[in-house]
Amino acid sequence: MKIEIRNGRVVDPGQGIDRKASLYIAAGKIAAVGEAPEGWHANRVLDAAGLIVCPGLIDASARLREPGFEYKATLESEVAAAVAGGVTRLACPPDTDPPLDEPGLVEMLKHRARSLNQAHVYPIGALTVGLKGETITEMGELTEAGCIAFSHADAALVDTQVMLRALQYAATFGYRVWLRPQDVHLARGGVAHDGEVATRLGLPAIPSFAETIALETIFDLVRATGVHVHLARLSTHDGVARVRAAKKAGLPVTCDVAIHHVHLCDVDIGWFNSHCHLVPPLRGLRDRAALRAGLADGTIDLICSDHTPVDDDAKQLPFAEAEPGATGLELLLPLTLKWAQEDGLPLVTALARITAEPARALGLAAGQLRIGDDADVCVFDPDARWIVEPAALKSQGKNTPFLGVELAGRVRYTLVGGQIVHEGA
Amino acid sequence: MRNPQLNAAGRLQHLLTLEELPADIVNRILDTAVPFVSVAERDVKKVPLLRGKTVFNLFFENSTRTRTTFEIAAKRLSADVINLNIGVSSTTKGETLLDTVDNLVAMNADMFIVRHGQSGAPHLIAQHLSATGRAHIHVVNAGDGRHGHPTQGLLDLFTIRHYKHDFRRLTVAIVGDVLHSRVARSLIHGLTTLGTPEVRVIAPQTLLPTAVESLGVHVYHDMRAGLSGCDVVVMLRLQNERMKGSLLPSAGEFFKHYGLTAEKLQLAKPDAIVMHPGPMNRGVEIDSAVADGKHSVILPQVTFGIAVRMAVMSMLAGN
Repeated sequence: MKIEIRNGRVVDPGQGIDRKASLYIAAGKIAAVGEAPEGWHANRVLDAAGLIVCPGLIDASARLREPGFEYKATLESEVAAAVAGGVTRLACPPDTDPPLDEPGLVEMLKHRARSLNQAHVYPIGALTVGLKGETITEMGELTEAGCIAFSHADAALVDTQVMLRALQYAATFGYRVWLRPQDVHLARGGVAHDGEVATRLGLPAIPSFAETIALETIFDLVRATGVHVHLARLSTHDGVARVRAAKKAGLPVTCDVAIHHVHLCDVDIGWFNSHCHLVPPLRGLRDRAALRAGLADGTIDLICSDHTPVDDDAKQLPFAEAEPGATGLELLLPLTLKWAQEDGLPLVTALARITAEPARALGLAAGQLRIGDDADVCVFDPDARWIVEPAALKSQGKNTPFLGVELAGRVRYTLVGGQIVHEGA
Repeated sequence: MRNPQLNAAGRLQHLLTLEELPADIVNRILDTAVPFVSVAERDVKKVPLLRGKTVFNLFFENSTRTRTTFEIAAKRLSADVINLNIGVSSTTKGETLLDTVDNLVAMNADMFIVRHGQSGAPHLIAQHLSATGRAHIHVVNAGDGRHGHPTQGLLDLFTIRHYKHDFRRLTVAIVGDVLHSRVARSLIHGLTTLGTPEVRVIAPQTLLPTAVESLGVHVYHDMRAGLSGCDVVVMLRLQNERMKGSLLPSAGEFFKHYGLTAEKLQLAKPDAIVMHPGPMNRGVEIDSAVADGKHSVILPQVTFGIAVRMAVMSMLAGN
C-alpha cells in the first residue's frame, strides 16, 4: 500500500523540519518527503492542504487500566482513544491490578496490544514486587518481555535502602528508571496543594516541599549510582528550579509534566470539582508559570497526558474521596497546541515535547519522519474547533476538567506503520 | 462561576458556606432569627411556616447536639422531620452518597440537612440535585469536614450581635485548633463579610492551616498578646485524638499555652464575651471557672442556634 499525504505542512521537530511538502509512504515506511520517489504511484492520496503533518505523538504515560480495572477502561477503548488523539506510541505505568511485576503479565499486555494493531504499547515495569517497596523485580526478565523502563508509579517507596538497591541494580544493566518525586510522609492524606485554596475549602494538603525533598533524595541516589532517572509529573516552582540546577550540574535526569498541570491550578478546583482531583495535586499560579517556563527552556523535556480513565461513580464523591486522575489521550494534542498559542511558541517547539523528546526519554527510535522510519504519522487540522464532551471522547473515561471547553486542533488521520488506523471527520 | 448556593435571582437556594455569601443575606438571616427567639418562650412553641414540608436530617457523622437543634428548629416550624444517622461515609457500605440522596428524594424530601466528614459533600449533593432537575430541594450544610459549618457561624454572629451590636468596631479572637475547624472557617468568613476590623487566630503553628492570613485574619502564637483588648473570645474544641501525637505533645501542655483561664481573660476587655461551639473539654481548652463565669455566653449560643436554624430553614422554604 502506497500512501501520499499531499501538500500538508510537515512539522518534524526531531529533524527541525517545518515546511510545506508531501509525504510518501511505501511498505509501511517513510519513503520520501517533498520529492516523490521515482516511478511513484499512490494507492491512496490524503489531501492535507491546510493541515499539519507530524510524527505520531508519543505519550509517555497513559493508563490503559488492564489488567484489573476493566470496568474503568479496556485496552480496546483506550488504544482507540490514543489513535483518535494522534498518539501512535504510548508507555503505560505499572499500577495495574496485579501490578506489572511479572514477565507473563507484560507479555500478555504486549500481545493484546499487538493484536489490536493500533497504537504501540510500551509497558513500564514495576520497580518492586507488587509495588510494595520491598523486593526488587526481575528487571532482566521484564525487559525481555517488553518493559522499556521501571517505575513505582504513584505507590509509596518508603525505604530509601530499597530505592538505592533498585537504582544500583538498574544502573548495572543500563535500565531506565522513572520516579515520581513525592515524599510519602509529607503527602500522607493530602489531596490538594497546600495553599490558600486548600485552606479555604478545608482540604487536607500536600506542601510543595514534599516534591523538592524527594527530588534531592533522588539526585543523591543518581549521583551515587549513575543511573538515568526520569522524573515523572513535576508540579512545583521549586521542583523545576531544582531540576534545572541538577541538569546544569550534569546529572543524567530527564523530566515531564502532565498536560493538565500546564493549564490548570488549584483555583480551578472551584467548589470542590472532583475532576480537578489529580496526582500530583494542581498547584498554584506561580507553579504553573514555572512549569511553562521549564517547558519552554527545556528543563522539562516532555509533556504526557497522564491519561487516567475513571468511571463516573468513582468521581461522583466528595473531593477527597473521589478517585484522582483525568482522561487525556485525546486532549494531549489540542492542549499542547493551546499552550503553544498562549505562550507564542513555534509549533515545532511545542510538538517536540510530544514527539521527539518522549521518544528520547523512552529510548525509542521513533518520533520522527526520517526516510526509512516506520510511518507513524499524525495529520491534524490545527484550526478545527470542538467541544470536549463525553460523546466526543473515545476513551471510556469521560473524566476531565475540560468538559464543556472548546479546544482547537482535531486529528484527521493517524497512521501506524503506514496503515491508516484513524480517520476523523 | 455563580455561587452555587444562590439561585438565578440571587436568592438563597441552599446554605452551603458563609464564604461569598452577601452581607445583606447574612443580615437578613440574623434579622429573621430575632422573633424566633421569642417563639421558644411562648406556651405554644410552633409557627406554621414549614407545615407539610419534609426535612431530612442526613447525618453521615455522629452529632447529637447539631442534629437535635436542627430537629427542634424544623419541628417548631411545623415540618415533618426524619433523622437518618448513617454514621460512616457511605462508600464502604455499598450505597453511594448520591444514591442515598436519590432514594430520599423519591420519598419527596423538601430539604436536606447534611453533616458529612468530607469537605464539599453538601456541595456535591446540591450540584447533583441541580444537574438532575431537582434544584427546588434545599440543602443545608450542617458541617462538612474541615470546610464549613455555616449555621454555627451564623449563630455565633447572632450571639456577637446580640451582645456587641456593631461588628465594625470589634476585635475577635478565635483560639485553638483552627486547622481542623469548620467552625472557625465559617465564623471568619461571616465576621469579615460583616466588616469586623480585627479577627485574630491564636494557636501553635501545628494547628493553623497554611496561608491562614489569606482568610483575613491576624496570627498570634502567644495567647496573652492575642487576647489583649479583645471584645469576643471564641474557644474551639480540641478533638481527643489530636491531643497527643505530632500536632501536640499533650492536653496538659496545650491547656498551659492555649487554655482559657480567668487570669488570661483579664487581658481582654472587661466586658468581653466568651463563646464555645460545644461540646466543651473543660480543663483542655477552657477552665470551668471561665466556662461557667459571667463572661460566658455559651448556653445562650445554644438557644440562639435554634432560632438561627429556624430562620435559615424558613428563608430557604420561602425562596
